[in-house]
Amino acid sequence: MKGEPKELRLTINGKPYELKVKARTLLVELLRNELKLTGTKVGCLDSACGTCTVHIDGKAVRSCSVLALQANNREVTTIEGVAQGDKLHPIQQAMIDHGAIECGFCTPGMVMSAKALLAENHNPTREEIREAIQGNLCADEGYVKYIEAIEIAAREMRGGK
Amino acid sequence: MIADFEYFAPKTVEEALSLLSQYKEEAKIIAGGQSLLVILKQRLFTPEYLIDIKGISALDYINYEEGRGLRIGALTPHRAIEKSPVIRKYFPVLSEMESNVATIQTRNWGTIGGNICHGDPAGDPAPVFIALKAKLKLARWGGERIIEMEEFSRDYLEVALEPGEMLSEIQVPTPAPHTGTAHDKLMVMKGDMGIVGAAVSITLNSDGKCEDARIALSNAASVPLRAREAEKKLIGKVLNDALLAEAGEVASAEADPLADVHGSAEYRREMVKVFVKRAATKALERARAA
Repeated sequence: MKGEPKELRLTINGKPYELKVKARTLLVELLRNELKLTGTKVGCLDSACGTCTVHIDGKAVRSCSVLALQANNREVTTIEGVAQGDKLHPIQQAMIDHGAIECGFCTPGMVMSAKALLAENHNPTREEIREAIQGNLCADEGYVKYIEAIEIAAREMRGGK
Repeated sequence: MIADFEYFAPKTVEEALSLLSQYKEEAKIIAGGQSLLVILKQRLFTPEYLIDIKGISALDYINYEEGRGLRIGALTPHRAIEKSPVIRKYFPVLSEMESNVATIQTRNWGTIGGNICHGDPAGDPAPVFIALKAKLKLARWGGERIIEMEEFSRDYLEVALEPGEMLSEIQVPTPAPHTGTAHDKLMVMKGDMGIVGAAVSITLNSDGKCEDARIALSNAASVPLRAREAEKKLIGKVLNDALLAEAGEVASAEADPLADVHGSAEYRREMVKVFVKRAATKALERARAA
């Protein structure tokens, strides 16, 4: 039946969920409206700005451009799943320490894109960092600080080398 | 925001084809949805049945065999093509083209087959596959057919899929010896839709003459456009800068671009000249080095 909620099983930030959602629900709508995980932001809702970036099975995707049901049996990580308890992730800490935050609206997406980059590339070049956050728009033009903070975080994660 | 539809998530190709044969024109396939969801959000299109094939892992593969060539499953993500060592070795133009398709987020979830079936003349993969003489395998319940990539596009956002059919594989033959292929597009920002784009493939014979050439354009007509007259300018000749520029002029005359906020038809025609020459120059260099 059209509009009838469908079963959805997925893991979000390590926690298993069994839900019922309408097929038309976008992943970002599920996260923010149903589960109140509002750390993930909505900017354009049109796959242009990147602030809704989350990970599905470890890869950065735009949660405004994925149906919630497409995440069935997959692992989703949002900005809420990045810190460990009170201990911020090195990317988050570096952004704060380095002043890489203006209004903060694009920050969750930037963190998720940077995290996906550093998971597969421990020592990225500046160009690789730029490429990794190419799909994340910052209306404050704070890109340089972001790039520098990601470099600092990468060094930190390599044990200062 | 999106209108309700009935949703199916088949896990196998057979299951998908069975659903497609049942619902035919009332059904729409979603793969990564990176193009389709934009249209559904705007309610330009409101399907009754949505068949989500993204979870069919059997159609996510890249295989290369010498002689037979390259086979790419329709549900292979763009990012996998971009990063594939086999593709970087044997078809570097595909990896280069992919690195300029939208953003990493879109390439991670979006699929090559979804892009092609969307039928957007601004898409980058179709012209490159036309230049590479690719064929498409279209599956239906109880059968399949093979179609040339260049015959697949019918009109703006319209492709040659019959009701009940789905794209299952892209087949790229091994290029002839001394072949070089290149792609370039006009972008304001990396990852933009090309305002125009050009893919050029050039094959040289043992005398150094152009044995074969293919030129295909994006955003230069309502479909990915093969510039056949421009190709004829090159075939049989010893190529030089002037001839490549002439091919650009001819391709520009063959183009029939749409005008939009990114560029007038006249501007696009001018840019076709520039980008055909650029891609042809790189293709020629590669053919000489091959």
